[in-house]
Amino acid sequence: MSLFLQLLINGVTLGSVYALIALGYSMVYGILKLLNFAHGEVYMIGAFIGYGVLTAVGGPAAPVVPVWLLVIGMVVVAMLGSGVLGVIIERFAYRPLRNSPRIAPLISALGVSFFLQASALLLFTARIRSYDTTEFISLGTGVDIGPARISLVRLLAIGTAVTLMVALTVLVRQTKLGRAMRATAHDREAAAMMGVDVDRVIVATFFIGSALAGAAGVMVGLVFGRIFHLMGFVAGLKGFTAAVVGGIGNIPGAMLGGLLIGLGEALAAGYISSTFTDLIVFGLLIAVMLLRPRGLLGTPAVDKV
Amino acid sequence: MTPIGTDEWVAEAEQRRQGDSGPLAPLRRGLMRVPPVGRLALLVAGAGLLPVLSDSTFVVRVGLNALLFALLALGLNVVVGYAGLLDLGFIAFYGMGAYTYALLSSDQLGLHWPTELAILTAVLATVVLGYLLGLPSRRLLGDYLAIVTLFFGQAFVQLVTNVDRLPLPGGRTLDLTGGPNGITGVDQFRLGMLHLRTVQDYYWLLIVVFALAAVVFFNADNSRTGRAWRAVREDPLAAGALTIPVNRLKLLAFAVGAGTAGLAGTVFAAVQLGVFPANFTVTLLIMVYAAVVLGGTGSIPGVVLGAAVISVVPEILRDPDLSRFLFYGVMVSTLMVLLRPWRVLAAVLVATVAFGFAIRGLVDWVWPGELIEAGGGGGKVADALGSWVVMTPGNVLVINLAFVALIAAVLTLTTLRPAVRHIGLPAVLYLSAFVWENRLVTDPSITRQLLLGVILVVMMNVRPHGLLGEPRVEIT
Repeated sequence: MSLFLQLLINGVTLGSVYALIALGYSMVYGILKLLNFAHGEVYMIGAFIGYGVLTAVGGPAAPVVPVWLLVIGMVVVAMLGSGVLGVIIERFAYRPLRNSPRIAPLISALGVSFFLQASALLLFTARIRSYDTTEFISLGTGVDIGPARISLVRLLAIGTAVTLMVALTVLVRQTKLGRAMRATAHDREAAAMMGVDVDRVIVATFFIGSALAGAAGVMVGLVFGRIFHLMGFVAGLKGFTAAVVGGIGNIPGAMLGGLLIGLGEALAAGYISSTFTDLIVFGLLIAVMLLRPRGLLGTPAVDKV
Repeated sequence: MTPIGTDEWVAEAEQRRQGDSGPLAPLRRGLMRVPPVGRLALLVAGAGLLPVLSDSTFVVRVGLNALLFALLALGLNVVVGYAGLLDLGFIAFYGMGAYTYALLSSDQLGLHWPTELAILTAVLATVVLGYLLGLPSRRLLGDYLAIVTLFFGQAFVQLVTNVDRLPLPGGRTLDLTGGPNGITGVDQFRLGMLHLRTVQDYYWLLIVVFALAAVVFFNADNSRTGRAWRAVREDPLAAGALTIPVNRLKLLAFAVGAGTAGLAGTVFAAVQLGVFPANFTVTLLIMVYAAVVLGGTGSIPGVVLGAAVISVVPEILRDPDLSRFLFYGVMVSTLMVLLRPWRVLAAVLVATVAFGFAIRGLVDWVWPGELIEAGGGGGKVADALGSWVVMTPGNVLVINLAFVALIAAVLTLTTLRPAVRHIGLPAVLYLSAFVWENRLVTDPSITRQLLLGVILVVMMNVRPHGLLGEPRVEIT
């Protein structure tokens, strides 16, 4: 029981990270019908920005600012940086290709992803860096739930994720920008005719999606410690799987999918084998695609000619 | 603004049809005038000359890699170029071919099948695998296919890295793939009486295989099936309405591409005398994609050109002097193509040189004695560069900042008006020379990755049909 609870907590932590990545994928796909392969790399850069902030304020052992401010600062700066990066990627790699064959932006995205990975390797070298979270947030603090314990870091990560997701839901449901985003996702041309500034909406979508990925990067750094230049690839794949499992283009779907993938991975690692978690996630993806090609929460769409 | 009364689409279509422009247009037109058989003969003769001209094993090995690459690119071209399916698990089929052959002809399982049978089994296995992977993807939209196959490629690497301790009934374990250490001691090819031993032998074999594959794919492209593939690529829905069996054609393209990769994999396993999980990573996938995209998706000569460029350039980058030559050569020739009239070109070049000396002088004046001379290996070019480029190899922060600034500057330049762009150009050129000399030359593997990424993005933006490809008229 204790193991199960512990795995559940691991799963929810992982799941909230995947959900944040999945949201960016899903939002961009919903609006542009574009698979943003570079999204995983944006998440990786976000993790490095967080690390940069941590080093800038004096390192994990002796930060010159209070811990709460440090964590908020890391998340906010990483979100801003990643968001700007996402907007730059959109402007230079995707926008010129908006009317090209579907395959062109996909290959361009692949190129961006590869370029960012190599740039990170060039700038930060292949050394694996650690946030050393235990230096400034003690492992001992946390909340006990029955026989298991959630450490403060995990609580922080889950809390941040939930806050961001609530904020995003409010943004999409309640604000004018959110309405414009939904309209653009539904039918870009019609939205443009109704006076929606489609370019602005797309830029905003990229900014928000990438900022969420940046936050996810910092959270992973805080919880799991290790960051390196290749971390984006697999995380991006998982995030995308989460988006597909939940129903791509569907925001609650991305959250649900992320949670499911995270839980599935944690439970599989605990009960089956930790080496094959990726294969298990892959199997999950294939199964969902065969049974519900539009994802768990996706609505069947009719192809228009 | 288009004047009223002109149909914009017609005008654009006209432009696209004439779109055979750019630096390589004469080459392309000349090439197309040669009949296909002649083109193939030309290529085979050219490739055949290599081992005759050079007896260096290294050179032949580079040629062999280029041929392997060309074969892979040909296979991928069927899937991506003809049928328009974004198959990101392509390298897994290459690996599957290599691993199947290695398992059937090494001590790993104690099997040493005859080469012909092993190759046949390996190719069949990859075809079946390609077919199976195609099955769930059949009903998926193009993008879902991409992600499923990408995941599949990842899963393949993970699988072969981890199935070295398969539990068997009876408490024993089976080491199927050797894990991260791979399978070594793979048999060489014995085709009938021929025992292929040296790199040269495999080079000749690959020329034959490649020529056969090129003939088959060329004819396939011009056949009923090829036309159907193109129809499916352009519009699956319309193709289906014309009673073209869309699903079957997709599966066929998948299986053909997989089989080609599998065949290339067997040769790879035999020539390397072993297979390792690290041989089949995403990097290779990106390289093959870059080859296909660079040359022109759907064009066989283009794909061959792309494969040659992508496999030879990294080898050139290994040598600082050659890579320097390549870098400045490409830079100047790009400028020559882009900057017209020549007065602008001359002005920009002179300004760049002057700018460099000014900066170098300034840095010397501010921090005297800090700079070291550029270029290892000497030579006139290196000497000239030494008094032009600021060299601070130890200054990681400055170089990193310069790298980021270079990316930002290049991106900004593309958004500016031409007149303004020309003013900014010298500084950017100098910055790129600085980054190149200080960092990129010393790290060819990273430089290669950066270049691959840039090639993919730039080609998609500037010339989506590649260097030798047919421009496509898009109907939306």
